[in-house]
Amino acid sequence: MTFNRILSAAAALVLAGSATAFAAAGEKEVEDFRFSFEGPFGSFDQDQLQRGLQVYTEICSGCHGLQYVAFRNLEDLGYTDAEVRAYAKNFYVADDGPEALPGDEREALPTDHFPGSTLSNAPDLSLMAKARAGFSGPSGTGINQLLQGMGGPEYIASLLTGYTGEEKEEAGTILYENLAFEGGYISMSPPLYGDDVVFADGTEATLEQEAKDVAAFLMWTAEPKLEARKTAGITAVVFLTLLTVLLYLTNKKLWAPHKHRKADKPAE
Amino acid sequence: MSGIPHDKYEPSTGAEKWVESRLPILSLLHSTLTIPTPKNLNWMWIWGIVLVFCLVLQIVTGIVLVMHYTPDVSLAFASVEHIMRDVNAGWAIRYIHMNGASLFFVAVYLHIFRGLYYGSYKAPREITWIIGMLIYLLMMGTAFMGYVLPWGQMSFWGATVITGLFGAIPGIGESLQTWLLGGPAVDNATLTRFFSLHYLMPFLILGLVIVHVWAFHTTGNNNPTGVPVRTKNIDEVKKDTLPFWPYFVIKDLFALVFILVIFAAIVGFMPNYLGHPDNYIEANALATPAHIVPEWYFLPFYAILRAFTAEVWIVQFAGFITGGIIDAKFFGVMAMFGAIAVMALAPWLDTSSVRSGRYRPQFKIWFWLLAADFILLMWCGAMPAEEPYATISLIASAYWFAYFLVILPVLGVIEKPQDRPETIEEDFNAHYPAEPAE
Repeated sequence: MTFNRILSAAAALVLAGSATAFAAAGEKEVEDFRFSFEGPFGSFDQDQLQRGLQVYTEICSGCHGLQYVAFRNLEDLGYTDAEVRAYAKNFYVADDGPEALPGDEREALPTDHFPGSTLSNAPDLSLMAKARAGFSGPSGTGINQLLQGMGGPEYIASLLTGYTGEEKEEAGTILYENLAFEGGYISMSPPLYGDDVVFADGTEATLEQEAKDVAAFLMWTAEPKLEARKTAGITAVVFLTLLTVLLYLTNKKLWAPHKHRKADKPAE
Repeated sequence: MSGIPHDKYEPSTGAEKWVESRLPILSLLHSTLTIPTPKNLNWMWIWGIVLVFCLVLQIVTGIVLVMHYTPDVSLAFASVEHIMRDVNAGWAIRYIHMNGASLFFVAVYLHIFRGLYYGSYKAPREITWIIGMLIYLLMMGTAFMGYVLPWGQMSFWGATVITGLFGAIPGIGESLQTWLLGGPAVDNATLTRFFSLHYLMPFLILGLVIVHVWAFHTTGNNNPTGVPVRTKNIDEVKKDTLPFWPYFVIKDLFALVFILVIFAAIVGFMPNYLGHPDNYIEANALATPAHIVPEWYFLPFYAILRAFTAEVWIVQFAGFITGGIIDAKFFGVMAMFGAIAVMALAPWLDTSSVRSGRYRPQFKIWFWLLAADFILLMWCGAMPAEEPYATISLIASAYWFAYFLVILPVLGVIEKPQDRPETIEEDFNAHYPAEPAE
């Protein structure tokens, strides 16, 4: 798979237009949801990130942490300092004040990070969108990274919508069948059913909408500098291309006297 | 330091004379930058500059990363996230460093295969070749240790698998492995020593690069014809060569910047393309990933390592005659290092008197098979250790060794090479015929 990805690294740049994505056959079923941040010109949809934060806060945060994300970072989502301050107060973190006793807690400040997971087998979600590759492109070439990302958010959205309703008991634990999960059965009970939250912006909270919104939010938590990176990428590509052209012309002119010699005049 | 006759540097100003008479650094710089370079060099001769650029890029970005990174098992992963989130342009520096390693290996493989095709390893450039192989080995060590530093799942399990190779050495293996790791398993002691060595080794590489350049500046560059530069007098030299500055500097810069366009696109638009998603999960000694896959640039040799299983007759034979001292694991380790060793011995294994593959019709076929073999091994290395990949790996590994140990020595004797141009000038003029005079 890695090799295919290398081969296509060059091909992706040349043939970017022809790339299409689908789930690898026979493995987990990951649907290629569309996200606004895909492709070189993609950017986050701030409304979607806010909805995703709402889903995370009201549902996911019950078990899953976001330990690498600081509350102050939420200003990227369009919240004011006061709003962030008020939001952080909903969370409690270890009190590190001079008079605190071990185990004391205090309300979180914008400078604090989100708490970690409260449930030992619930993974931290900060980097989940980068820690999972949803699909690896046509024939495993991974070409879609350039245009559609590596599929982490797609994987998350597919997982949240991938429950079949079947369950089984194994060693005293109930496992839930999920088409997107490796192995087919996951220990997390279906967290979303649709209408689990009332979106502040009035968007209808269907299961797919909630799943996509929280997946987009988790892409942001995994890669908060995604937009800066893409902007810098475009700037770099444009200016380096310009420099390439200038150096090409310089090189051509420099070598011209040697490559295009005039034949000696025949002796008269 | 050039062994080819060239215009000597004459200090003209008083300041230049003052410096030059105390330390001849100006003449050294002058002769390095104006070295007579065969004027028929093609685009495969640009990788040297790309490699120098990569080394500098990795050292510079690496030094900045070290300012923010914490080599401690409880903090390493979080400190990388701190770089990605809180350090000004930290994400850019880290992604450039991460993908810079891949660019480094793309360039070094093309550079090595260029050398193999045009016979750059042959006399009188054997030392250049050997130094190059040492640089390549150090690069692999540096890259391997660097990959451990983010302390993700692949970092940890990659380190466990690769250091386990040393444990396969009969007798001393286990104690050697413990000594390398600083303990019975990959842990904090491993991380801190890898961090230290990952910082040290690039400077050893830098030193060897200087020797590498020194060596080929003494012999002069090879060129696509393999025909040496005429060195009887300076006029002949000038017919075959052009000075490095400005002709090749500008040409190489053009190529470098073109490559950087692609590099910038990868860093900007898909920086995790060549990485493994599992490395965004913090190292966990209790959870083994489903597939432990090394970085792409190790895959060909990883495939050779895995190809020699206990079922292969040659492994069984080696085990039999050594009374079981050489088992499959140790055989695999020897094969992996042997694959690089036979490449390093190419100057003495290749018996052909013709340097450049351009004039060796049969060699060409075998060479391109080797290139395809390398890609095939890379693919096998990424696949799970099961059929049919095991058999394909074995055949591909066998070809790798056969190329160096059988084909190169035999071909030199039986092959009838084609006519070569008398001089580099002749080759150049054939490509760029003089235009009719007006």
